[in-house]
Amino acid sequence: MIRISIQTRQALSRLVLPATFVMAFAVLMLGKADTVIAERARVALADALAPAYAALAEPIGTVTGAVHEVRDLWRMRSENARLREENERLRRWQAAALALEAENARLKAQLAWVPEIAGQFTTARVVADQGGLYARAALLALAPGHSVAKGQIALDERGVVGRVTEVGNRSARVLLLTDLNARVPVMLERSGAQALLVGTNNDRPRLQHWPAGVQPQEGERVVTSAEANAYPAGLPVGTVRIAANGVPEVELFARLDRLEMVRLFDYGLRGVLPPEATTRVEPIRHPRR
Amino acid sequence: MARAPGIRPNRTLWQRLDLIARLTFPVVSAVLLLVASDLPVGLPGAALGPALMLPCVIFWSVFRPAVMPPPAVFALGLLSDLLSGAPLGVGPLGLLTVHAVALRWRMRIARQSFLRVWCMVLGFALLYGIVVYLTTSLLRFAILSPEPLLPQIALTAAFYPALALGFTRTHRGIAQAEAE
Repeated sequence: MIRISIQTRQALSRLVLPATFVMAFAVLMLGKADTVIAERARVALADALAPAYAALAEPIGTVTGAVHEVRDLWRMRSENARLREENERLRRWQAAALALEAENARLKAQLAWVPEIAGQFTTARVVADQGGLYARAALLALAPGHSVAKGQIALDERGVVGRVTEVGNRSARVLLLTDLNARVPVMLERSGAQALLVGTNNDRPRLQHWPAGVQPQEGERVVTSAEANAYPAGLPVGTVRIAANGVPEVELFARLDRLEMVRLFDYGLRGVLPPEATTRVEPIRHPRR
Repeated sequence: MARAPGIRPNRTLWQRLDLIARLTFPVVSAVLLLVASDLPVGLPGAALGPALMLPCVIFWSVFRPAVMPPPAVFALGLLSDLLSGAPLGVGPLGLLTVHAVALRWRMRIARQSFLRVWCMVLGFALLYGIVVYLTTSLLRFAILSPEPLLPQIALTAAFYPALALGFTRTHRGIAQAEAE
């Protein structure tokens, strides 16, 4: 060990705090200048932690399941009444839907309609909700050798959850629709107008940039739009809710606060890709002859 | 470390391991809390990470800064940024600010009653929130909503008593082991 005088040692120890402050600023600059390093570090950490999270997800799921069970038991009577009423309503809708489906099939047959290709999907378990003060993301555990890629779209059983932004060997990160960085081209179903869904870090993302002459209506359904080639058209997103200050927001169909499983759809869309892809051109793979 | 003068037998391996465990407990526990805070327990719209980490940093910075040195604070902040997907550097800056202020006033804070310290934790959480808010806004060139800060501060204050209780016991344990 190097022997130094007490005075020098004290002076050095006083320098540690300012030095770490300088280091924090340096990291801040580095992260801003080079997003690839930050992403690599994140993926490496997520890959290392994903197995542990996956192992813990099982017992935690059991506990939260039990809590939900108790709450459901408590509310059974009122829930029953509500469901009966809803069932009644849905039965009427079912009749309407069946009639429309038959009509649709007849019309498509007349038009020689080319059917859309259904996306391939993989199902993955959400093992951690990685969010900070100004970030919303979910971590998925994957088996090595998976086929998940950046830009794939995550849906839960009700609607769009977000998009895959980082992929590692054993994990993938999904940027949720509520994140500050999330921008989704959407269509207002009633008017057919295009708009942009902008994450605000709150539960309800905001609608922006709808065309002049159209006003989003309360209760209107919002679906994804194929604009910008990032999402396929027509995936369910949510319904419009006008906030107290008059700003149209979207109440999401997806239950982001209790994600357990998500389906990752590959529509082959590489429209707007996260930072790393824009700085590095992916080599085009030619199929072997 | 201030140890009473005198001749003692060399520490055995177990004693040394025990001392190391006690000395590293603050940082290790903070890391574990941070990693565990991401488990999906179904708390809607709240980030548990900073709320669990802040009490750790505040408590140890005030009552025993030797076990929570600035590099450790820096590493904790970086880890939280990596886990949460926030821009790198925001967490270290916020935590170091809290650490520096706590260190500066530690003599005054340590003399206060528990209730007063608890109130000061609210202030520290606010300070952390403001630093994170300003840096994130600056990095994104946008004015963000300060709304998420409030649940964050409330959660930090809610976690502090339980964590401080546990830490106080450990704190005594460390002091005892060092005195032996």
